[in-house]
Amino acid sequence: MRFLARRLGFYLLTAWAAVTLNFLIPRLMPGDPVDLLVARLKGNVDPAAVEAMKKAFGISDAGLWTQYVDYLGNLFRGELGRSITFFPTEVSTVIADSLPWTIGLVGVATLISYVVGTSLGVLMAWKRGTWLDGVLPAATFLHAVPYFWVALVLVFVFGSTLQWFPGSRAYGLEVTPGVTGDFLASVAYHATLPAVTIVVASMADRILGMRNVMVTTLGEDYVVMAEAKGLTSRRVMWAYAARNAILPNITSFALSLGFVVGGSVLTEIVFSYPGIGSMLLKGVENEDFPLMQGIFLVISLAVLVANLLADLAYVLLDPRTRQ
Amino acid sequence: MNVLEIRDLGVDYQSNSGAVHAVDGVSLDLRRGEILGLAGESGSGKSTLAHAIGRLLRPPAAITGGTVTYHRADGGAVDVLGLRGEELRAFRWAELAVVFQSAMNSLNPVSTVGAQIEDVLRIHRPTMKRNARVERSVELLQRVGISADRRRSYPHELSGGMRQRAAIAIALALNPEIVIMDEPTTALDVVVQRDILHEISALREEYGFAVVFITHDLSLLMEISDRIAIMYAGRVVETGAARALHDTPRHPYTLGLLRSFPRLHGPREELLGIPGTPPDLRALPPGCAFHPRCGQALPDCREISPSLRDGVSCLLNEGKGVR
Repeated sequence: MRFLARRLGFYLLTAWAAVTLNFLIPRLMPGDPVDLLVARLKGNVDPAAVEAMKKAFGISDAGLWTQYVDYLGNLFRGELGRSITFFPTEVSTVIADSLPWTIGLVGVATLISYVVGTSLGVLMAWKRGTWLDGVLPAATFLHAVPYFWVALVLVFVFGSTLQWFPGSRAYGLEVTPGVTGDFLASVAYHATLPAVTIVVASMADRILGMRNVMVTTLGEDYVVMAEAKGLTSRRVMWAYAARNAILPNITSFALSLGFVVGGSVLTEIVFSYPGIGSMLLKGVENEDFPLMQGIFLVISLAVLVANLLADLAYVLLDPRTRQ
Repeated sequence: MNVLEIRDLGVDYQSNSGAVHAVDGVSLDLRRGEILGLAGESGSGKSTLAHAIGRLLRPPAAITGGTVTYHRADGGAVDVLGLRGEELRAFRWAELAVVFQSAMNSLNPVSTVGAQIEDVLRIHRPTMKRNARVERSVELLQRVGISADRRRSYPHELSGGMRQRAAIAIALALNPEIVIMDEPTTALDVVVQRDILHEISALREEYGFAVVFITHDLSLLMEISDRIAIMYAGRVVETGAARALHDTPRHPYTLGLLRSFPRLHGPREELLGIPGTPPDLRALPPGCAFHPRCGQALPDCREISPSLRDGVSCLLNEGKGVR
């Protein structure tokens, strides 16, 4: 319990630091969205209109401290300001609309990649020296290949050439969103290629990581002893070897979970998927500071939450970390 | 009455520079209920021999020849090296258990001590009820001097001596006929070492299992074993009753070992030790492997490799060894 309280305190402190940086960085940059807009219109703007826009976008000339206090207050009420790209929609609404798509797609794909990749790594270590070693060069190759390249190849082969799967959008134009079979089927159908992209591009890391630790673990005395105990191979492999080998891999899994929210920008862009990544791109293109700020905040909080979960998982899985 | 008969056993390690004969034509008998000490320097093949008997060798080690026969209490004979799959799994631990050198590494760090006894029972005694398993593990732990509430302790919560006791308790779970102890006390301080040795002797009296006790500490073996076998460069160079070996060592190597540690009682003796270093197993000297280090070597020792006759393999005094 004391351990938990200490960790929680640490994460609260980190979250505060992230929020503060998130507040400071845009304000330290020269100019603001309204200046940019004015510049784009070559200055032919009524000063009153500029004032009105500043007010609408929530930009004030108050002191930094006052702004900071206002900012924190707004955060606690869940107000992240209004998006400029999608004016007058609130940033929180934009994020709330796109976040489920990203979490659904990238989250599920990351889970699949982790479970399949880890299991494959365990098997490959267990059966090292057999034909399964042939997977290694393939895994090393995929390990080196960037996400967007896999995405482009998949779109080209299965989207455009073979036309087996749609290469863009999150669901078909013919269905209306809602909890209906048609809609969910369309979502799954459209998610196939981007999900395969993420699984293929990230699974090699899991396979190689797990295999390497597992090979070391198999040399441990407790695995030899488990074998000498006459336990079934399956039990030796999972309950003794893999159970210990997975511990160092939890951290990397937690980090990849944290990056679920922001890490697959390129995949989303290639597939025109309406997730956080696409929104971030639009925000950057339109110099939409409130939106970018909101998305960065969500990403940093997601990374923190994932790390907290990893800490908790560690305590559950490794008795040596409990005090 | 032999419980285990080893005949002409050979184990090779395959390496790039050819095969290394780690165990070379070893023949040994283990009598029912006795403690057989197996002594030798590092690299003499004693641990490899133990692993071969327990069928725990892994590539690149491979058995190249010989037989290991286990005699059941009811008279049936088992060809240990011929056991396959399910037969081997059932043989392990039920008939032959192993206590490894370092209990720190031989206990699964993420599983409680009790669970590590109970999983043996669950696999080998599928009809045993959960309550009975718990009862049995508590009984075993208490028998080796660990209190019942420690059943739920993880290995890292126990001291070195306690861990080794727990490893012994696990070994006794199925009342095996043979317990191989691979340097069980090497990692412990002398006081704890003594406790564990007493415990082993007492348990042996009570349960009547035979012990193969492996160590490089000959003085310790003299105290607890009934018979001793001395290994050098993968071969047994002398066997005999512990007393006889102590009083009248016949192989110059045994003599050297006995003279390499001081006696606490009896007349003062010069500590001689053994000159030179253990041989490189990849390039053994021709003839007797010990002759380059032997003070009494004859010209023939360079050419003729002696075989074990009447408990000693030495050419001195027409094959009777020193004296």
